[in-house]
Amino acid sequence: MAAPIANRIIETRGLTKRFDGFTAVDHVNIYVNEGEIYGLLGPNGAGKSTLIRMLTTLSNPSEGAATIAGFDLVRDAQRVRETVGIVSEKMIMYDRLTAYENLRLFGKLYNVPKKEMDDRIEELLKIVNMTKWADEQIGKFSTGMKQRINVIRPLVSMPRIVFMDEPTLGLDPQSTADIRDLIKRLNERDGLTIVLTTHIMNEADVLCDRIGLIDKGKIAAEGSPSELKGRIAERGNTVVELDVVDAPVDAAQRLRAVEGVKSVAQKENCVKVIVSREDAFQDIVDAAGKAGLRLRNASISLPSLEDVFLHFTGRAMVDEVKDKVPSGGGGHGPWRAPKQRGR
Amino acid sequence: MNVKTLLSHSLWIAHKDLLEFSRNRVMLVMLFVFPLFMMMMTGYIFPSGNTVKDMQLSVVNLDSYNGTTGAESLTFYSTLDSINHRTGFFVLSNTTSEEDARAMITRGDRMGAVIIPANFTSNLRTGSQGYINVLYDQSKPQISLQLTSILDSVIAQMGTTRAVYTVNRTTGQDLNTSVAIVTPYKVQNKGTVPGNPNYFEFMAPGMMMMVVMFSVMTGLPRAISHEKEAGTFDGILAAPTSRFSIILGKTIAQSVRGIIQGVIVLVLAIFLFGVTINGPILLVVFLLLLGIFSFIGLGIAITSAAKDEETASTFMMVLQFPMLFLSGVFFPIEQMPWYMQYVAKALPLTYATSAMRKVVVLGAGFGDILTEVAVLIVFGTVLLIIAIPLFKKAMAR
Repeated sequence: MAAPIANRIIETRGLTKRFDGFTAVDHVNIYVNEGEIYGLLGPNGAGKSTLIRMLTTLSNPSEGAATIAGFDLVRDAQRVRETVGIVSEKMIMYDRLTAYENLRLFGKLYNVPKKEMDDRIEELLKIVNMTKWADEQIGKFSTGMKQRINVIRPLVSMPRIVFMDEPTLGLDPQSTADIRDLIKRLNERDGLTIVLTTHIMNEADVLCDRIGLIDKGKIAAEGSPSELKGRIAERGNTVVELDVVDAPVDAAQRLRAVEGVKSVAQKENCVKVIVSREDAFQDIVDAAGKAGLRLRNASISLPSLEDVFLHFTGRAMVDEVKDKVPSGGGGHGPWRAPKQRGR
Repeated sequence: MNVKTLLSHSLWIAHKDLLEFSRNRVMLVMLFVFPLFMMMMTGYIFPSGNTVKDMQLSVVNLDSYNGTTGAESLTFYSTLDSINHRTGFFVLSNTTSEEDARAMITRGDRMGAVIIPANFTSNLRTGSQGYINVLYDQSKPQISLQLTSILDSVIAQMGTTRAVYTVNRTTGQDLNTSVAIVTPYKVQNKGTVPGNPNYFEFMAPGMMMMVVMFSVMTGLPRAISHEKEAGTFDGILAAPTSRFSIILGKTIAQSVRGIIQGVIVLVLAIFLFGVTINGPILLVVFLLLLGIFSFIGLGIAITSAAKDEETASTFMMVLQFPMLFLSGVFFPIEQMPWYMQYVAKALPLTYATSAMRKVVVLGAGFGDILTEVAVLIVFGTVLLIIAIPLFKKAMAR
């Protein structure tokens, strides 16, 4: 299953980051193949950002090593920087500079030749439909417009790998779709390797070729979305999906009592039950009836990444901001008060 | 990484910073307002050599001779009054008793009182000295000092005049000889440059140095911690840019800003506050640059030590305050107690201020400020040597 070593553009070996006794990233071993979109999927505070910060040389590993395009992360840091680009969770742009000036500044810092600079900027602006805004100050843009510039910003230097930390965080649905589309296109058109972090299952599912599930600083599982989902089925787990008209409050509790039930999750009119027996469908439907659930439909569904996460980490992935632990983000020291992310 | 790339990167970073700055209207206005405000404030609140005018003064004449008010005290009073008409230091008013005068001072209605005792005329007529008692308000030492010293010199002058006439009359010498007999020594005060320096002239050189040096010391940490907090610093750090380019670029931007502000202080000082630059203007510019150089290391050290904007400003406050008051910008350090003078001599701003003042006020040349220049170069170099490794370490947390 594993790709040939030669194709592995990123490989980490026991990569670890500790902040004053707290381990944000704990002996992570992952690899990314050249030309794929790799997703780091995990709840807030799982260590995704810290991992990305290490892989972009913004933070030194406490332990372990990694090679990026053949360069050692620490020893050849400058070569690594030439190879990778970063889309950070906080936008890397200056509000008082125009879109063009922002792109040019970073082009200059990456030593993009003068002759190519304007052509590249023009092309990138065209891709995101921002050509006519080139000479406007970023500060006047909407969040969606800003993010489009933010995503193309590292591309001026034509990196081989781009790391994107929550590229769709805080965007409206339209912009989110636009950015996802852009990521897909960049990957397909230029063969750009993209590593992105997300806490949105669906995003990882539709975008990524391979996914690393990360929880509490550790990689819980790694593989393509279908591979990961397949692993649930392999172990004889069944996902029963109940489409309900309405459900009493204690319905979930009663369903949990059924033999072999591992989890019950309810999202609006859909109740999902993961059971470790393959023959449990009838039992679940019966229990649902007794619990007072009025069923519209019941089916055995394919496992989703949500189920996968639940299976491998033993807990549901919920987006709890209060769970956010220091990630060393922003480059100013390890311990800072948990902050609401800039949405 | 070659020098050309390094310089090019730092110039682009500086260009970016200045572009941002030039588009920030509030900051641009502050660039003018801050020095203007500082100069107005400091120029007007500190004792500026101007004497207080129209001090309320009671005159209590208790003198009596042969049953009426003594003639000597009347002469004294009218002479004092006529001198005061020319100078306008006091507003004289008669008060009947010493007790009344004391009460008036206590209430704050009078700054002081001149009391002519009962035996004034008889003492003078019998060959004794005529005493004058002066009461003053002890709650206002600075003003009392002025009041007593003015009264002293006015009354001494009256005594001299009186003595000259007496000599003239009794010996038959002419008036000039009589003056020479009474006051054989005469002091003439002269500065080394023409004109009479005012307080702004004392203060403006120090202000200029202070504004420029603080702009690097505070501007650098503020600029970098601001970018850290905004997240944009990651973009620069993730680029294949030398750490040295980053700090150099930021320093260039802050220096340009500091020099612009220094020049604004200079222009305001010349055109608004009537300060004249007696030394070579190039030397003034050189000192501004040297001041910046000497503080870059300090700025970088603060940047490295401060994790966020708040810590950075706390550091700056702690460093700025003593420097502001102990470096001789507003008060001459010679006026301080000896131990404070030692503290002052440990601060680089002291030397920068002293050098700039010599050049601006005294028209000093390069040779006259060698010590100050040497101290600033050494200070700047040592701090840079300490600060750069700190910065490199701080950037890779």
